[in-house]
Amino acid sequence: MLRRSVIGGSLAVAVAIGLSACGGSGGGEGDTGSKTVRVTLANHVWTENLKKALPAFESQSGLKVEITQLGEDQLSDQYNVKLNAGSSDLDVMMYRPLQEGKLFAKNKYLADLSDQTKASKDWDFSDFQAGPVEATSYKGKPVGVPIITEREVLYYRKDLLAKAGLTAPPKTLDELKTAAAAVKAADPGVAGFVARTGKSPAVTQFSSYLYSFGGDFDSGGKSAVNSEAAKKAYAFYGGLIKDSGPANVSTDMSWPEAMAIFTQGKAAFYTEADSLYKNATDPAKSKVSDTVGFAPFPAGPAGSKPYNIPSWALGINDASKNKANAWKFIAWATGKEQTLAQQKSGVPSARTSVWANPEGTATYPKDLAEAIAASAKGGVGHDRPQVVKVAQAREIVGQPIVDAITGKEPGASADTANQAFQKFLDDEQK
Amino acid sequence: MATVTTPAPASDTSAWSRWANDHRKWLFAAPAMAFVAALIVFPLAWTVYLSLTDAEGSVRAESEFIGFKNYLDVLSDTDRFWPAVARTVSFTGIALLFEVVAGMGIALLLWRPFRGERWVRVAILMPLVATPVAVGMMWRLIFDPNIGMANQLLGWVGIGPQPWLAGKASALPTTIFIDIWQWTPMVALILLAGLTSLSDEPQEAALIDGASTWQRFRHVTLPLVMPTVIVAVLLRGIDALKTFDILYATKGKGGGSFHEVETLNVYAYGLSFDYNEYGVSSTVLIIFFLIIIGLMWALTARRKKEAQR
Repeated sequence: MLRRSVIGGSLAVAVAIGLSACGGSGGGEGDTGSKTVRVTLANHVWTENLKKALPAFESQSGLKVEITQLGEDQLSDQYNVKLNAGSSDLDVMMYRPLQEGKLFAKNKYLADLSDQTKASKDWDFSDFQAGPVEATSYKGKPVGVPIITEREVLYYRKDLLAKAGLTAPPKTLDELKTAAAAVKAADPGVAGFVARTGKSPAVTQFSSYLYSFGGDFDSGGKSAVNSEAAKKAYAFYGGLIKDSGPANVSTDMSWPEAMAIFTQGKAAFYTEADSLYKNATDPAKSKVSDTVGFAPFPAGPAGSKPYNIPSWALGINDASKNKANAWKFIAWATGKEQTLAQQKSGVPSARTSVWANPEGTATYPKDLAEAIAASAKGGVGHDRPQVVKVAQAREIVGQPIVDAITGKEPGASADTANQAFQKFLDDEQK
Repeated sequence: MATVTTPAPASDTSAWSRWANDHRKWLFAAPAMAFVAALIVFPLAWTVYLSLTDAEGSVRAESEFIGFKNYLDVLSDTDRFWPAVARTVSFTGIALLFEVVAGMGIALLLWRPFRGERWVRVAILMPLVATPVAVGMMWRLIFDPNIGMANQLLGWVGIGPQPWLAGKASALPTTIFIDIWQWTPMVALILLAGLTSLSDEPQEAALIDGASTWQRFRHVTLPLVMPTVIVAVLLRGIDALKTFDILYATKGKGGGSFHEVETLNVYAYGLSFDYNEYGVSSTVLIIFFLIIIGLMWALTARRKKEAQR
């Protein structure tokens, strides 16, 4: 009994992989045309909105939609196990194009959607913004449909700004630094600035700083994380959190933790994805809902260059035996009508027509709509290294961030990271 | 086959039943063996196979057989692997030490009947029945450096805020504390069962001989209960080596930004689910497996020796 539990337990992961290997190796041939479409979605405002609209779609199409809803990490794990097994019991998948897109496409997990996207005129694939479409394509073929886009903006507290004697939100990163220090000096109990601090989660939000200092993660297969611009960006981001951030700051924060500090009223400035704004403006979730302001990402030496990316997309599992109906669901969920409804409920979309429609931004705080418009212009199409093994790459390029936060010399750390990242890129080229 | 056409149905049955009778020990064991083969031997063999390949990205993708390269790589990795081994060992060792000592203390207190005994037992068992992930989340809130209760309590007695889980050096001790909080009751329970089964005579004899309380514990109770202690150490030790839930719930992937609490289990999980490095991950798991088997073997041998004394 004891022995069995030991063997079983210590190899739990192995069992998952092992069992997945003996699963069917079913290809994508043959369409059963089942009336039940199995959809796996992440916890997101988008998903909540969709679930409300779903009954209407089901009665109109005659299909039954079975939703599995998971947290981001659990979703990844689920895909890892099921897709590795070639499981056909996933039809539609909500996935992160920049995180898993390349890996999934390379492993042939995602069905080629060329025919479907071309077929329907009403649905109109050309209405989708070019950047997001590029991110959901693999080797020139669409393998996903972007559903949520995001850009980094500056969240700030109007009341704290006034208290520190400032009249307008900072327009440049230098001003941000001064303003954050001023707030902390005015009230040591409140942090001047907060942002993600975890090695991997921070990378995406750090990317806008990197671009605004004139850097990037790599250029043409050459690692660039120890360029002068990158070193300055690391020192700035880490220094800002170290000097004006919360006391005893944790180096594990992703957005829920950083957002909590901001919405508990414990920080004045916060740079984060705009798609999460509801967390700050919803009185049920935020103590500071009536004093939150938004501004475009502050300009660095190279201007204001926030990322502008599709954070989530819908794709079809290549092993699914129900692709036709899966596409029917996607066409509805990403259609003009649903997209407009989604955007009105706070989910920034990837459709040009929805952004052009005054109704599409009517529910947004005015300063947020302006900030989004400004970011969309100068935005960069990626917020993390564009590689297959994104998780590893993020840990490598994120190390100097946490080193800078904990007071290590960011320059030396960036040099070390550069070496590791170059080796990583070389390995991936092979 | 065509020539054997005449045997009567009866002899057919008897041939089958004779065969079954001759092989009945195999026949009866077959279902259990099939179960073991499907759920233990196959995954184990598959993991060993994977560990000898460079499988990555997808286990269905083509991979090359690379012999023991993964093992050499892993065993020479002083960046992630060996620190993870050290953390696994110190996590288990320290947690186990405290759990056994405190568990023994609690078991001794509960040994003699007293009023309200049942309620005390229920209260002590509370941490044990809680889900580890929920426990992790709860302590994560309590230990939050800015808004957590732990620092508030310290503030009342005049001690400054501590980083707890957020600190580079304090994260591992904090998770060890959580483990001790959760699992001491189980150790206490096992030891209590051992104590209850002891007969009273040796105690009474020692009492008559004038032994002090400590002497009775050290020279009478402890030696008698030793086999149970070893069982408790064995069960809890193996479980502690494999701890995952508390570490993952409090520090997330990779055991924190500096891998502060990355034990072998957390590392292997990251390799397969984060990095999709199935070959290397399998290698780490096999090495981990061997370590556990080794420790288990050593402890069982010790227990046998103890039992013979």
